[in-house]
Amino acid sequence: MGLILSISDIYKSYNGKPVLKDCSFSFDRDSVYVLTGPNGSGKSTLLRICALLEPPDRGEINYLSGSDIVKKDTELKRRMTLVLPKVGVFNTTVFKNAAYGLKIRGIKGKEMEERVNKALDFVGLMHKKNQNALTLSSGETQRLGIARAMAIEPEILFLDEPTASVDRENTGIIENIILNMKRQDKSTIVITTHDMSQAERLGDIMLIMSECRIIQG
Amino acid sequence: MDSIIEGFRKAFILIFNLDAELLGIIFLSLKVSGSALLVSAVIGIPLSAILGSKKFPAKGFIISLMNTFMGLPPVVVGLFVYIMLSRSGPLGFMGLLYTPSAMVIAQTILAFPIVVSLCHSAIVGVDPIIKQASMTLGATPFQTTITIIKEARYGIMSGVIAAFGRVMAEVGAILIVGGNIAGYTRVMTTTIALETDKGNFELALALGIILLTISLLINAVLHFIQKKGMVKE
Repeated sequence: MGLILSISDIYKSYNGKPVLKDCSFSFDRDSVYVLTGPNGSGKSTLLRICALLEPPDRGEINYLSGSDIVKKDTELKRRMTLVLPKVGVFNTTVFKNAAYGLKIRGIKGKEMEERVNKALDFVGLMHKKNQNALTLSSGETQRLGIARAMAIEPEILFLDEPTASVDRENTGIIENIILNMKRQDKSTIVITTHDMSQAERLGDIMLIMSECRIIQG
Repeated sequence: MDSIIEGFRKAFILIFNLDAELLGIIFLSLKVSGSALLVSAVIGIPLSAILGSKKFPAKGFIISLMNTFMGLPPVVVGLFVYIMLSRSGPLGFMGLLYTPSAMVIAQTILAFPIVVSLCHSAIVGVDPIIKQASMTLGATPFQTTITIIKEARYGIMSGVIAAFGRVMAEVGAILIVGGNIAGYTRVMTTTIALETDKGNFELALALGIILLTISLLINAVLHFIQKKGMVKE
């Protein structure tokens, strides 16, 4: 049973300056949500809080499986993942990078190989699997970040500005990857972008953020 | 000039004949320095990882202490270990003075700060995005630390090799705590010092050549490791 994410009255500040105020929303299963809004509106912070990478100052985040609240432990964190705008790749091959999430979950051998190959094929990096990941272009690096996330088959996939640092060609490729993922209907996907037209192309449900609040959902 | 050439000639004869005394000295040198390095690395690398990833009150003090101790004069270390291990010292009951173990202790004290400081620099030099990437993929704090150590592996290896170079070339500390006893605590550097004093240049030169060769090999390995760590864009 997939996870449902529910946030209520989330407040977060850095050095006394609020970045999120009273954010509440419920992310249902198997849809693509796009958080959009100007730079500095709190999109990335909200995503980091939802991915349990940092706690809010106030408010509640609950992950529900059916009607049960899931305990916020490593097991829950392993059911979701966040792809950052600057993908941190390890100084090793593309394959080993994509296999990282599976390796730390103790998934090895044939299963690991199949899942990694499938993810790399999906993002069009299969031909570069033995290449050092640090030699990839920024667009390819972003695609590797998505492949690495896909390999672990998360129930919720957070994508923070996935096309912010890539060229137009790679933006198109990444958008197609996301649309293909959407067609597969396996995960709930939450994307942040400041590009309204991209938000319309990719999302089932659009959330607009302004001045630290979700103003339209 | 003739005596120098003669010294070199005899030195090469000793090396090519695989002289038993010479081999014994080389083996002991590698054993003592290798043991000191192993102890330093086993304790020093995890410590440098903790210093690089955790926040705690004495952290800055430990880093400053390690950086300062990188330049410890070997004779001062020798003197300190001698006082600790001498019969009237606090650890005198262990009976370690003038043994290879005492030499390992002294060299560990010399190697440890180098391992910690250089490995710490390598670990803090890892892009913070790596830690975040590891966490977002569901790694536990321990798995994240191991990932960061792996990312810093070339810098860590450089630090360990630099420490090995330092202890292999060191003479002051092991001379004081080892006593330079023939066949027991006599290593390459102490033999060079003794034989030079005695005017027996051939053995001193043979060991000097071997020590230089080892240094050259260490630097070649270091260069290779650093080159391997650099990824062509």
